[in-house]
Amino acid sequence: MADLIKVQEADFNIQDEYDAMRSDNQEDGAIVFFTGLVRDFNQGKDVTGLFLEHYPAMTEKALGKIVEEAKERWPINRVRLIHRVGQLYLSDQIVFVAVSSKHREAAFDACRFIMDYLKNRAPFWKKETTTQGDVWVEALEKDQTAMEKWDK
Amino acid sequence: MIHVLFFAQLREQLQTDQVQVSIDTPCTVQDIQDWMLTQHPEWKDVIEGRPLMAAVNQNMVSSDATVNDSDEVAFFPPVTGG
Repeated sequence: MADLIKVQEADFNIQDEYDAMRSDNQEDGAIVFFTGLVRDFNQGKDVTGLFLEHYPAMTEKALGKIVEEAKERWPINRVRLIHRVGQLYLSDQIVFVAVSSKHREAAFDACRFIMDYLKNRAPFWKKETTTQGDVWVEALEKDQTAMEKWDK
Repeated sequence: MIHVLFFAQLREQLQTDQVQVSIDTPCTVQDIQDWMLTQHPEWKDVIEGRPLMAAVNQNMVSSDATVNDSDEVAFFPPVTGG
């Protein structure tokens, strides 16, 4: 099994991850991936960076459960999921999710499903450094709604 | 003895990252929360003033979930990763 679930401070290289999805894999016809980045404006404030806290004993376990659930729902093959923690700055990469499958539909859906669940079920918390001081990011209703739509 | 952990803004507001709870088990997550408020009435506004999530042995649960002796319980604000 060529899956990867990793929580790390270090940056990641998308080419390396993409290559790992393709390497020794002749059965998949589609790879979909998503990257989340640190942006400069959030919840009404100018952001200069953020600190990502997590619950070390739980984080990879929670991500593993989300990936497992995606695999039960769609005929997908490989999944690579990386989430960074610690101090990050503008336009840094935060999260990477890649899903491969025989056909594109399952890969598109499963990639989005994993992100929607990660936003609500994985124990990460962002504290943004802004021009008005440090601020904990508030969870958004729209992220909850995005997850719930998968159960409709 | 139940080992209780706090994360993120909740940890900052309570000014501690953990507490040991002596309570009869099995009990529920809600019982742990009630116990904490009995021992630390000054935590009331922080704990009841906002939605909190909980985990037992690193699995996210609702407040009626069962807690056994030696379990690790965590309380934290709604998550904001991704």
